[in-house]
Amino acid sequence: MIEMSEVYKTYPNGVLAINGIDIMINQGEFVYVVGPSGAGKSTFIKMMYREEKPSSGKIVINGVDLSTLKESKVPMLRRQIGVVFQDFKLLPKLTVFENVAFALEVIGENPKSIKKRVLDVLDLVQLKHKARFFPDELSGGEQQRVSIARSIVNNPAVMIADEPTGNLDPDTSWEIMNLFEEINNRGTTIVMATHNKEIVNTLKKRVIAVEDGKIVRDEARGEYGIYD
Amino acid sequence: MINTLGRHLRESLKSLARNTWMTFASVSAVTVTLILVGTFLVIMMNLNHVADNLEQDVEIRVLIDVTADEKAQQTLKGEIEKISQVDSVVFSPKEKELENLVDSLGEEGKSFELFEQNNPLNDVFVVKAKEPRDTTVVAEKLEKLDNASKVRYGQDQVDKLFNAISVARNIGIALIIGLIFTAMFLISNTIKITIIARRREIEIMKLVGATNGFIRWPFFLEGLLLGVLGSVVPIVLISVSYQSLYTWALPKLQGSFVEVLPFSPFVFQVSALLLLIGALIGVWGSLMSVRKFLKV
Repeated sequence: MIEMSEVYKTYPNGVLAINGIDIMINQGEFVYVVGPSGAGKSTFIKMMYREEKPSSGKIVINGVDLSTLKESKVPMLRRQIGVVFQDFKLLPKLTVFENVAFALEVIGENPKSIKKRVLDVLDLVQLKHKARFFPDELSGGEQQRVSIARSIVNNPAVMIADEPTGNLDPDTSWEIMNLFEEINNRGTTIVMATHNKEIVNTLKKRVIAVEDGKIVRDEARGEYGIYD
Repeated sequence: MINTLGRHLRESLKSLARNTWMTFASVSAVTVTLILVGTFLVIMMNLNHVADNLEQDVEIRVLIDVTADEKAQQTLKGEIEKISQVDSVVFSPKEKELENLVDSLGEEGKSFELFEQNNPLNDVFVVKAKEPRDTTVVAEKLEKLDNASKVRYGQDQVDKLFNAISVARNIGIALIIGLIFTAMFLISNTIKITIIARRREIEIMKLVGATNGFIRWPFFLEGLLLGVLGSVVPIVLISVSYQSLYTWALPKLQGSFVEVLPFSPFVFQVSALLLLIGALIGVWGSLMSVRKFLKV
């Protein structure tokens, strides 16, 4: 599903962010990526949806070799990957419905099928009743649920989340985690970078710990460890 | 593509409406540029037309020696016809020459009528070259012939006119290129503002897998619209003023060698050209911005 071998990444300013990573993540897995700030978690995750290119090494996502992927094929790769961020990245001038529909409109989906799919996914995140609301009329947790709805409306095989609970209070964070569990149970692979110790230690999943650009720990049902 | 064109168009119109002042500035820049381009085109094309007509009319007048008898004249005619670049040779007796002179001078010409008794003019062969540009060569050959006392042709005037036209053309072209670049720069800035205002939208589009083409389309259309909008006023202005200028000037130019291009199809050609230039300025300006600021 997600495979990295001998991956190195040096930024143009000389910073060595990833210093030799080999990893294999299977279809349907739920993986936490943990580690201190600046350890390379974000770079690791960004390389999966090709926001960043590795300096060397091989990355294969869902059968697509990113090292030989043409620039023009990147959009097709992204359609198989849903991405969720700490800051939600919603469009403030669009309603909840429009924000989710946006993801389908811009890949040229048939307008007739968009409505149904958006309503289905809003139902899943339990926000159907707020479809006409604007993002600033929602709580942080609700906004994050909208962004999750947007990321999965296209039925991606992989969902990548970069600190999705970073801006949320503990109760709301658990709402989001329950939603992730549900999405994972439907067969979607989830890779989630997090600083949330409580979540990692309670909802036990595979843990990959990154430090100084290397994987220092990879446990099937791991603990968060001692960071910050 | 067809499905999404409506969406792209809506997006670009929305941002044109949102950036009112930049839209206004860009459209005005295109408008000013195209008014000048259009005026220049109208003037240049008419001058070229006049020059072409003049050139067509360039004739070489061979003044025949007064001592030449009819036989010598026939020989001369034969020799002229032998010159390969010569198209036609027409004999014009001195009586006719005097008549022409009197006519051309109008009221004052009456005093010359006295000369009818003792015509001081020469008989003339009016020679036309096959190609106007050969006129000088033909004239030089004619000068060497016996019984050709003088050779006259209007090439000097035509050359001067052509030189003046080409100087004016070069100045005009330089001015227009400068203006076109200004207009393009303004359009590309307008698009840049749109791109920056839509940073987040673009980021999300890329994230969910919109193709680069899809992302670029609205900006491309926006530039195109700016260019096309900018060409409306120039087209209307030039059509209307050419129409009135034409109706005003036509009777005044009647009978003179100056002939202006008729309204149709000339104005339609100029309009189409202005629209095309406007559209190209817009598209080019937008492409400059898109390439620079839209790292997709």
